[in-house]
Amino acid sequence: MTAEGLLVKAAPFEYHAPETLDEALALLAEFGDEAKVLAGGQSLVPILALRLSRFEHLIDLNRIPALRYVAAADGVTRVGAMTIQAAIGRSEEVRRRVPLLADATARIGHFQIRNRGTIGGSVSHADPAAEYPAVAVTLDAEIDLASVRGTRTVSAADFFTGPLMTTAEPDEILTEIRFGNHVQGSAIAEMARRHGDFALAGAACAVELDAAERVRTLRLGLFGVGSAPVRARAAERAASGVAAGDLDPVAVGQAAVAGLSCVSDVHADAGYRQRVAGHLAGQVVARALQEARHG
Amino acid sequence: MAEHRLEATVNGREVTAMVEPRLTLADFLREKLRLTGTHLGCEHGVCGACTVLVDGAAIRSCLAFAIQMQGCSITTVEGLTPDSGELTDVQAAFRAEHGLQCGFCTPGFVVSATALLAERPDLTAAEVREGLSGNLCRCTGYQGIVRAVQSVIRSRQAASSGQQAEAGAAQAAGTTQEAEAGAARAAGVAGS
Repeated sequence: MTAEGLLVKAAPFEYHAPETLDEALALLAEFGDEAKVLAGGQSLVPILALRLSRFEHLIDLNRIPALRYVAAADGVTRVGAMTIQAAIGRSEEVRRRVPLLADATARIGHFQIRNRGTIGGSVSHADPAAEYPAVAVTLDAEIDLASVRGTRTVSAADFFTGPLMTTAEPDEILTEIRFGNHVQGSAIAEMARRHGDFALAGAACAVELDAAERVRTLRLGLFGVGSAPVRARAAERAASGVAAGDLDPVAVGQAAVAGLSCVSDVHADAGYRQRVAGHLAGQVVARALQEARHG
Repeated sequence: MAEHRLEATVNGREVTAMVEPRLTLADFLREKLRLTGTHLGCEHGVCGACTVLVDGAAIRSCLAFAIQMQGCSITTVEGLTPDSGELTDVQAAFRAEHGLQCGFCTPGFVVSATALLAERPDLTAAEVREGLSGNLCRCTGYQGIVRAVQSVIRSRQAASSGQQAEAGAAQAAGTTQEAEAGAARAAGVAGS
């Protein structure tokens, strides 16, 4: 309870609402790992309310408008970390240039969650079953991390290191995520017990064909299966250069999960996850190829 | 821990209060303002009973801190109803279509449905179900709730089709402008 007897859940913290990134970085540098950055709060607030974690300082990024944008130029779509998921879902630029990101957005939680949840928060939180980290890994997105020491760029493949773990340092803030154009064919699918739940398993794919309809690149990502989203590199390599009409999506899906070590938990065991992931991988490869060949 | 001064608008009224940062928006509304129409079920973002509008957008009030609402306009289920005490068309439809039994989840459903219909007046049956999927009800079986929202869509469409005939010419001009704007956007993407 508070001093006046109101019910509260979270442990006490000092609240900071900087209005510029520089202010936020200075606060983070000052308080180090005693501070936590608050983005949309759709994961962090319940973590605090259930006292799964506690911090002395919360640095709220919601008052920094400079971190909310979708900007497209030169074949790259830049998304500011504090852009809410609903805005990404509504963005014409995203729909046109990175349709996989738009499709993934519709699968995040529910519309009330997407009105507050942000892309930077989702990627930083690094839930292994979340859609945005999976899309970032599948599309080889680039991630900018800022601190008072400067800004560095890491590839999504190097960013996620485990469940809720990333290579971001305690004094760094994720500021921007960049996607190349992936307009030929892409698809995402996931299996969840109820609409809006985190996926038990999921798959995302983007393909690019050459003029002769041979696979130039096939990117295939799996999520919800392990401690972080993964690419099915061997299956991708095997598909490279193959005529799209000769590629069997079911076989690609099976190859994607061959030897994959999945997690077992209360929601599903490893064998089930592997089978579902293989099935979904086949589905997204088929849909992405179909779209690339026939629009 | 230091309290912060919060200034916001709640149901059209200016509110100023000192709040601890850890006080959620839901607890602020219920405990401090005694607006107990906003219900708390799961308190971690799953059930939707605490849904309120912040600057017109539906959010979970259990997943935001009150102090984050600085300068915002909040509408709770109490604020949807006109001062005359009449029900909104959404509320009336819930009653007519048996969209509630115990009523615990109803404020969240009504606020969510109000936001859904404001954003997309032409939702399909499947979209209504998807839109309502972020709110849990343990007793109606949902059929009545879905019917209520669909009946609002139908009655609003019937009401607006009468007005549309009169506004036909104006609308045609608007459509042309939209098409031109769309073409300009497409050209912008192609050129970049």
